Amino acid sequence: MGFADQFWQLTVDGLMVGSLYAVIALGYTLVYGVLQLINFAHSEVFMLGAFGGLFAARGLLPGGATPSGPASVGLVAAGLAVGAACGAAAAFILERVAYRPLRRRSAPRLAYLISAIGASLFAVNLAGKEFGRQNVPVPDLFTNGTLFHVFGAQVSTQTVVVLGAAVVMLVLLDRLVARTRLGQGIRAVAQDADTAVLMGVNVERVIILTFVIGGLLAGAGGFLYAMTFNASYNMGFVPGVKAFTAAVLGGIGNVRGAMLGGILLGLVESYGGYVFQASYKDVIAFLVLVGILMVRPSGLLGVRLGRAA
Amino acid sequence: MLTPARLRQLWVCLALGVLAAVVTGPGGDSAHPFRALRRSVVDPRIGIFIGLAVGLWVLLIAVARLRPLLAEVTAAARARRPVAAALGGPHATTGLNAVLLAAAIVAPLLVSTAAQQSMVNDIGIYALLALGLNVVVGYAGLLDLGYIAFFAIGAYVTAYFSSSSAMPWHAPFVINPFFVFPIALLIAALAGVILGAPTLRLRGDYLAIVTLGFGEIIQLLANNSDEVTNGSRGVFGVPHLSVDLPGIHYRWGIDPLPYYYLLLGIVVVVMIAFGRLERSRIGRAWAAIREDEIAAEATGVPTLRMKLLAFAIGASVSGFAGVLLATKQFFNPQSFSLQSSFLVVAIVIFGGMGSRLGAVTGAVVLQGLAFYLRDKVPPTDRYIYFGAVIVVMMIFRPQGLVPSRRRRREIELAGTTAGASDQLGAAPIGRTIT
Repeated sequence: MGFADQFWQLTVDGLMVGSLYAVIALGYTLVYGVLQLINFAHSEVFMLGAFGGLFAARGLLPGGATPSGPASVGLVAAGLAVGAACGAAAAFILERVAYRPLRRRSAPRLAYLISAIGASLFAVNLAGKEFGRQNVPVPDLFTNGTLFHVFGAQVSTQTVVVLGAAVVMLVLLDRLVARTRLGQGIRAVAQDADTAVLMGVNVERVIILTFVIGGLLAGAGGFLYAMTFNASYNMGFVPGVKAFTAAVLGGIGNVRGAMLGGILLGLVESYGGYVFQASYKDVIAFLVLVGILMVRPSGLLGVRLGRAA
Repeated sequence: MLTPARLRQLWVCLALGVLAAVVTGPGGDSAHPFRALRRSVVDPRIGIFIGLAVGLWVLLIAVARLRPLLAEVTAAARARRPVAAALGGPHATTGLNAVLLAAAIVAPLLVSTAAQQSMVNDIGIYALLALGLNVVVGYAGLLDLGYIAFFAIGAYVTAYFSSSSAMPWHAPFVINPFFVFPIALLIAALAGVILGAPTLRLRGDYLAIVTLGFGEIIQLLANNSDEVTNGSRGVFGVPHLSVDLPGIHYRWGIDPLPYYYLLLGIVVVVMIAFGRLERSRIGRAWAAIREDEIAAEATGVPTLRMKLLAFAIGASVSGFAGVLLATKQFFNPQSFSLQSSFLVVAIVIFGGMGSRLGAVTGAVVLQGLAFYLRDKVPPTDRYIYFGAVIVVMMIFRPQGLVPSRRRRREIELAGTTAGASDQLGAAPIGRTIT
């Protein structure tokens, strides 16, 4: 089978993974927008959300039978909600412990990066200690099978669930940043924090809520990711780096850029993994990043959060 | 007496106590995710941690009470300057350095062989790496997260040139590892220039992610090319270093001590060389770039060339260290993981950016901690403590253990909202808000 035969299948797979990258990338981009900092521990927020959702789903589904119909929908929704809540809690604590004390001390910028790396090491290995170091599958919450075909490509229930949930989250977030008062606050801080203070924006609150929103998305995204690829204590690292790549690809600090970057990265990886070797997927992702940065260092949409949306 | 602030402090102390109980408690598994948590909290042991937490709280209050008194005492002491007078004078630093060097020479003789191994593999090599990265991060202010890639290049180049059996892909001739040093140095520096030339035009954060990607690519390539590098099986049988001169025959072997002294010598030479470099015209150009690149460019500093130079020098040190690793022991792509890159960055920041002694101190403290915990906790768990130490350090002493004088001054100025234009300097917001 040649690339042309597989094209649509690869597109569907790439879109699914890409939408997850986009969801995670938003966390990086939002925090970068308001603080101009790379939140390196974001991948651990993702991991903790995945475990939260997984344990919730398992707790609600004690028997071995795969539910169907409304029960499936309810279980997936519960997993997403608990995952999001765990992610938000983790992000809140992270901001509290690893970032806020440093802000109070006007620490150099690299210090934030290092404390985030420290927090990340701590969280990963504590999770490994508490939850074991094997891969943990999410129990089947619905019967997975081919739902329909698009141009000959199979679209599974799993793909529909992941893609659907991710798209809903992306749209909601986009509206939130563009329309609500909080979104206005986030954009104001991203544009000019000092002036935002003068205009009566509670910057501390905006920063905390930005972390929490990023955590909500990452937690729910983590649960979706775990449904497809299992959960493990170190599951956050690779998608975290990819999502960061996606955020940079679209123009870091730009909400729609992160979405676009995530989808594009997922697609390129999917095609590239087929044309070359699956094990070179990660190499391809990074080469794309380096290539884009050479040509267009500010990313594809290269506008800051303050001016976007 | 019990103000809300004090009560909040008590809660924080108690939360820390419970966290400590969980961290030191038993491990769990995914089938019973919360059993380990419950067992660490619902256990008589928790009493100790609660007691410690309350003790910490009382201590905090006591320190707050005694602070005015303490300040008076230190001020009085400072006025008389007994310590400064004893240590003062032009020979103070030389004396201190001599003491430190003597300690470094004697230290391995007092510890076990396992500790000696760790002093070579973990402390010595990482001190060398940190010294190299310090040029890039500390002097020139460029954040390189893929630094370990050059280390990998150095190690694989050594395997290529010095052994015909270590890797499937090897040079048609075999040379003594000592002659690989200059080759690895040049190749690593060249790789640094090739990576740096297009990327050093980018802004700081982008540079970080591109270098991170480069590090990942090198590791993945090494891991996936079975027919070239032996892939994930790793490289076996690179010969140990040896000297075969007329009259002198010496072979470094399994014993870690000779390697230790070799490394110590190299580290000292590199420290002296970089000290001269820092105070040279090039060093001042780097400082100018780090503090304000646009101003530096405007005053005639060839910024791109200087940044490339910093990158190349850092990379060559890393490549050099790679040769030592390859001749010392077995290695595989896992030795060059991103975590190792982070570790080197953490060592540099922890020790104090821009400070040579800080880089070495950081390696000694962080890797020493890792070694200390080795028998105390499962090896995989020691990164929990490691991470906690890094976070605490950054909260209470962001300038690092042994900050360079210039760096300390920059942070002080940033605290008073001056001179925050530094790319890696004070965070852009927050300082005027709290």
